[in-house]
Amino acid sequence: MDKRLERILPRVQKPARYTGGEYNQILKNKDEVDIRLAFCFPDTYEIGMSNLGMSILYDTMNSLPFVWCERVYAPWGDMYEEMKKAGIPLYALESGDPVGDFDSLAFSIGYEMAYTTVLDMLDMAGIPLRTADRPELLPLIWAGGTAAVNAEPMAPFLDLFVVGEGEEVDNEVLTLLREAKMGGWSKHEFLVKAARIQGVYVPSLYEVSYHPDGTVAAVTPKDGAPSRVTKRIISDLDKVPFPTKPIVPSTEVVHDRVSLELFRGCPRGCRFCQAGHVYRPLRAKKPETLIRQGIESLENTGHEDVTLLSLSTSDYRQLPALCDGLLEYCEPRSIGLSLPSLRADNFSMEIMERLQKVRKSGLTFAVEGGSQRLRDAVNKNVTEEDVLHTCSIAFAGGWNTVKLYYMLGLPTETDEDILGIAEMANQILHCWRVNAKNKNRGVKITISTSCFIPKPQSPFQWEAQISLEEYLRRVNLLRSAITAKNVTYNWHDAETSLIEAVLSKGDRRVADAIEEVWRQGGRLDAWTDYFSFRRWMEAFETCGVDVDFYAHREAGKDEILPWDHIDVGVRKAHLWHEREMCYKSQLSPDCRHQCAACGAAKLLTGGIKCDER
Amino acid sequence: MSDKLRLRFEKTGRAVYISHLDLMHTMQRAFNRAGYHLKYSEGFNPHPQIAIALPLSVGTASLCELMDFKLKEEPELAALPERLTAVMPEGIRVTEAYEFTRKVAELKWLEIRGVFEYDEREPAEMAEKLREFYARDAIVITKKTKRGMGETDIRPGIREISFTPGEKAVDITTTLSAQEPTINPELLAEALRQLRPELAPDFAKFTRIETFDADMQVYR
Repeated sequence: MDKRLERILPRVQKPARYTGGEYNQILKNKDEVDIRLAFCFPDTYEIGMSNLGMSILYDTMNSLPFVWCERVYAPWGDMYEEMKKAGIPLYALESGDPVGDFDSLAFSIGYEMAYTTVLDMLDMAGIPLRTADRPELLPLIWAGGTAAVNAEPMAPFLDLFVVGEGEEVDNEVLTLLREAKMGGWSKHEFLVKAARIQGVYVPSLYEVSYHPDGTVAAVTPKDGAPSRVTKRIISDLDKVPFPTKPIVPSTEVVHDRVSLELFRGCPRGCRFCQAGHVYRPLRAKKPETLIRQGIESLENTGHEDVTLLSLSTSDYRQLPALCDGLLEYCEPRSIGLSLPSLRADNFSMEIMERLQKVRKSGLTFAVEGGSQRLRDAVNKNVTEEDVLHTCSIAFAGGWNTVKLYYMLGLPTETDEDILGIAEMANQILHCWRVNAKNKNRGVKITISTSCFIPKPQSPFQWEAQISLEEYLRRVNLLRSAITAKNVTYNWHDAETSLIEAVLSKGDRRVADAIEEVWRQGGRLDAWTDYFSFRRWMEAFETCGVDVDFYAHREAGKDEILPWDHIDVGVRKAHLWHEREMCYKSQLSPDCRHQCAACGAAKLLTGGIKCDER
Repeated sequence: MSDKLRLRFEKTGRAVYISHLDLMHTMQRAFNRAGYHLKYSEGFNPHPQIAIALPLSVGTASLCELMDFKLKEEPELAALPERLTAVMPEGIRVTEAYEFTRKVAELKWLEIRGVFEYDEREPAEMAEKLREFYARDAIVITKKTKRGMGETDIRPGIREISFTPGEKAVDITTTLSAQEPTINPELLAEALRQLRPELAPDFAKFTRIETFDADMQVYR
């Protein structure tokens, strides 16, 4: 181990996050590989090690014998300071080698608030931030993850983005990179060839021009790059490799357990939800596959918990068969099975009763909208009846805490809708009085609101966000309407939401402000410990980024949106139709009841059909 | 019969940064991976019945850690070290597994090797001065106790100590009281910082070598 590091580690919090050496890490001989890849997660070890995508791609990229893919996370503030002071550059966990010497850095960017950390990690590695300042082929700096559905704000920094699921396309990029390295290609030569791979977006091969009013006039591809970059997906999830020997962290992380992915995509189509649209089409794994992968993973890790991941677990058709199969293995071994993202229905309650024999944790509902009218408008198919029915069973069964999540500022929301939130809390309280067996323990109802953020590639991508003042007015309206002492109201600060809105809907001109925030010390902005609203607002001011233009302006139907050249499968016309349905306060049937021909099925190959029916 | 089992293991290299609490968790998972079944406590929140003697400070290595555990089955003890080591994170190596007869309370002394690194100072000169310093009859330092900050004489807890100059460092071999009182080897450097700052090393690190009872017989 580096002598300097050895002196620092005993002084920092949780040093095991910075050492590597965990069980199941992949070690290779660096002299026997052609490409050394730093797989970078722009957040802490605890968050990154909990990310199933990282775990999957670590495995698939290392399956290439000529690649050694190692993990890199962002150090927490104390370690960051110590590294700066000692002059230790960013290093990879497996080998401890400085990533500045690697052939390539690949970032997984899942959320906008990680942008400054990407820049910071590049800087810690001693790599120039902008692609224009990196004339050589190596190191290739690229990224994937949800942020790629609107890559524009980060476009000047990254050489290449992959759009969609990475299991195949990442390895195609790495194979081409090896050829380029061996053949001594120029960076431009490589990027032009890479842009021909489906799912690869090379921002420098697109010229963006703007109208005088600031909207996009045209996005023009050059050197043979496609006019639209089409997302990559894996058609057959039963055949794609899944890591059943994931790394077992030697220190506590956020999700410290085996995770199984039931399906990709979501049949629900909530109109505010980006994930529900950009991960389509629907593709499920077979229960046999999941049970096998679950058992193998448990045996290879020694974990004592397994969890089922998806956007809407209750929508997995064979949930009973899957749970039975897993419980058969788990129960005699005291392994816990948990199912997040259940819907408020009867079946969910039955299964929860079965799973949570000992502890009765709280019930959580993502209700989103305060009235049925508004829930219909955003296509959130949860009724008051569903919630109350589930609560009545739960209260009778001994549960006594309920959490309700809402968004304020959804399109078409009125004061009446907001007051409906308080009304529902009262109904639940009443429901508890009627159904609870033991009232001595009391009941605790918690309402949380956050500020709606319009997201690219969702039906609300044209929407404006409400102002900070308006959000506060709505918060205060709700506060004054909540009177019962068993009901607690927490509201999230809207300041982060405002910055997120600018970044999610941003174009390339926002990049300067991201860099300016980083220059003023911004990193780990997803953490309230480090986020500074003032720093962001000042950077927008300095760089001439008009917050109102990006966050508070409604876009026109025919406007070219900055991310229109990224094709996630769902048609823009479908998104617009969904938005119009919102203004009519009308539900759209979920995919299982009626296929809306959203367009995502075109991505499927090999005769595989969307799992919509 | 499977209730009084003890493991002797090494914790070196990158594993020295695994904290005591995390190590318990790591052990539990390693047992699961190796296909052994730890006994769990009864009650609302069952936890595996394992106990690691004398928690090790983060950053300190050891060749002689001891962990008591209970198994549901009766294992073939001879095979256990190899099977467990095969599924351990880097730096943890199980060297022995046996049924124990002696209580942890009988463990009295720890043999420890350490290194005091001096970046700018002359090791031979430092070694000489360290010998002098540790020859004192009493070394009273201020340290955190259960009742806030207090004065403690660490000298009675140092049974033997010797210094050998090396490359930019002084090597230390010492035997310290393991419990009642517990003398953490870190205190050897801390005493210098408090009483003779000019001798305080730029960096100190330690490795536990062996466990002994009150009569200086090897403890198992």
